[in-house]
Amino acid sequence: MARSTSRLSRKRLGEMYRTMLRIRRFEETADDLYMVGKVVGGVHVSIGQEACSAGVCAALREDDAVLTTHRGHGHSIAKGTRLPEMLAELMGKVTGLCRSKGGSMHIADVSKGHYGAHSIVGANMPMAAGIGLAYQLEGKDQVAVVFFGDGASNNGAFHEAMNLCAIWKLPVVFFCENNQYAVSVPAEYSTSVDDISVRSKGYDAPGLTVDGMDVAAVYEASREAVAHARRGLGPSLIEGKTYRFFGHSRGDPHYGMYRTKEEWEGWKGRDPLIVCEKMLKMTAKQKKAHADAVEAEIKEAIEFAESSPEPEESVALEDIFA
Amino acid sequence: MPEVKMRTISYSTAINEALHEEMARDEKVFLMGEDVALSAISPATAGLGDRFGHERVRNTPISELGFTGAAVGAAMAGYRPVLDMRRIDFMMLAIDPIANQAAKLRYMLGGQVSIPLVIRAPEGGGSQNGPTHSQCLEAWFIQVPGLRVIVPSDPADAKGLLKSAIREDNPVLFVEYRALYSLEGPVPEGDHTEPIGKAAVKREGSDITLIGIGSQARSCLEAAELLAGEGVDAEVVDPRTINPLDVEGIADSVRKTGRCIVAEEGHKSGGVGAEIAASLQEAAFGALKTPINRVAALDVPVPVHTKLEAIVLPSTEKIVAAAKKVLS
Ligand SMILES: Cc1ncc(C[n+]2csc(CCOP(=O)(O)OP(=O)(O)O)c2C)c(N)n1
Ligand SMILES: [Mg+2]
Repeated sequence: MARSTSRLSRKRLGEMYRTMLRIRRFEETADDLYMVGKVVGGVHVSIGQEACSAGVCAALREDDAVLTTHRGHGHSIAKGTRLPEMLAELMGKVTGLCRSKGGSMHIADVSKGHYGAHSIVGANMPMAAGIGLAYQLEGKDQVAVVFFGDGASNNGAFHEAMNLCAIWKLPVVFFCENNQYAVSVPAEYSTSVDDISVRSKGYDAPGLTVDGMDVAAVYEASREAVAHARRGLGPSLIEGKTYRFFGHSRGDPHYGMYRTKEEWEGWKGRDPLIVCEKMLKMTAKQKKAHADAVEAEIKEAIEFAESSPEPEESVALEDIFA
Repeated sequence: MPEVKMRTISYSTAINEALHEEMARDEKVFLMGEDVALSAISPATAGLGDRFGHERVRNTPISELGFTGAAVGAAMAGYRPVLDMRRIDFMMLAIDPIANQAAKLRYMLGGQVSIPLVIRAPEGGGSQNGPTHSQCLEAWFIQVPGLRVIVPSDPADAKGLLKSAIREDNPVLFVEYRALYSLEGPVPEGDHTEPIGKAAVKREGSDITLIGIGSQARSCLEAAELLAGEGVDAEVVDPRTINPLDVEGIADSVRKTGRCIVAEEGHKSGGVGAEIAASLQEAAFGALKTPINRVAALDVPVPVHTKLEAIVLPSTEKIVAAAKKVLS
């Protein structure tokens, strides 16, 4: 499993830390607001997996694309999605990114290259191939990254999309967040391989497994894969080994149902924020500066979302056809 | 007839009992799907994995096309698979093995095989789960010859029809309404089965027939109560299976009342209501005093926002309003 080398500048790593903290605090906030009934619909947080979001998106240009899943807040934020409008979407406000019709599972901010969270597992991967195809046809050097889970790697959509990207040399990076479970089903049971990245071999594409709790390792692997795609050499598959600290959604506990406390504590001890703080040898003062800045941003998002209006009834019937 | 003892259980417990009893009765029956093996995950599958083991209560990867196709194969080879789709929305990835294969194989192969397969497909909105997790898609499947489609609206029918579905030698789409999972109702003790292809009158009345599909059969019963308060005596008919559709069973009611509303949670265009209305005008045109009125989801996806979702989905109130319109 690839770990980070030390080539990365402190400034760059500090930025990734900030991104991870923004994700963590956004999702904690969303969870709190869910508990008091202000966030509605299906919500899946990625707390514990922030290094994957931050590390991959740090390797992207603003005009590159991402596509994500039901667990997509982190990828959205790391790609530059606007926090206030995202929270407004979760809270059912008409100022939300999808005008309150898509919710957490369908967050998108196309103006930022975010082509959507897609909550049918696997659906995002063939679409990523199509975005790559559009870039290639237009002679652009943009890249599309598609995030998906260990569970999704067992879906035909993954395999068909990988093959399409491979035969047409499409500029797509497949990033698998292997958080070890698909709802209650362990990847160990459901998946034919230990390292999902080896599946790239079947498509003659590069594959690499990295420590998904180490943002620098994720970044370095992503930079290579993105450069490979930009040069017109086709897809890569990166697997980040990671863990969600929360349940799958709101219905299951952090541990005790299908995960043991010991396993959970083991991964908790490798919290990507703490791993990064150690790499940066952060002082308490530096940590506080980050925390204060993020708190201010979160507060602003809450104020925006809370004060935004609910949709008019007519919104229900709008946007169906162009 | 011996006296049947009744007890009150929920819709999800009824499904659970049917699965337990049929798996115990016939060792060729096995269950597959995502997250079915862990007892705690869903009330419908509770206790099955512990009781029958993980060979017969089998977790699958997120491979709907794969495991549905595999179930068709196992059915041809002599097993009686039951699939748990978690949501009908996910079943869209498996339409080929259902519609192109399971439903056609017996016919196409000149009767050489039968496909005793049950696909349990929970569905429905009302929980702010948005466009891809709220759909009611049974109407798509009444277009498929060779596939039975069952839409139970209460615990007794859920149990009785699931048991019949598992014993049926043909592929069955067994729709479960998530909104009804916690609904309680009387269910006969013991080996309770219900016939596939027979409608049921859920409430007798003489002024108007309210035909409800699945969750909307419940709404029709509630609507009938409200209408009773206004002096309207509504009959509620539940087709219970929509392929085959018991046209005579529902036409009998319409011949009595002369007026009819059809309510379903799926979209209006090309819906089950359209099929029923067309069948009724063929069977009982002369008995109709007014046009048949349809209550259904509006023809847009089901949005997440609570208020917008309520605008799109059908409801008791919308059925009452439609009934009043027909009666006025
Ligand atoms: C096609 C399809 N099947 C099933 C589901 C239900 N479902 C939602 S998330 C999920 C598990 C996904 O696991 P994984 O891909 O590992 O992502 P994670 O939730 O771990 O982030 C399942 C089974 C779905 N949304 N889509
Ligand atoms: Mg997973």
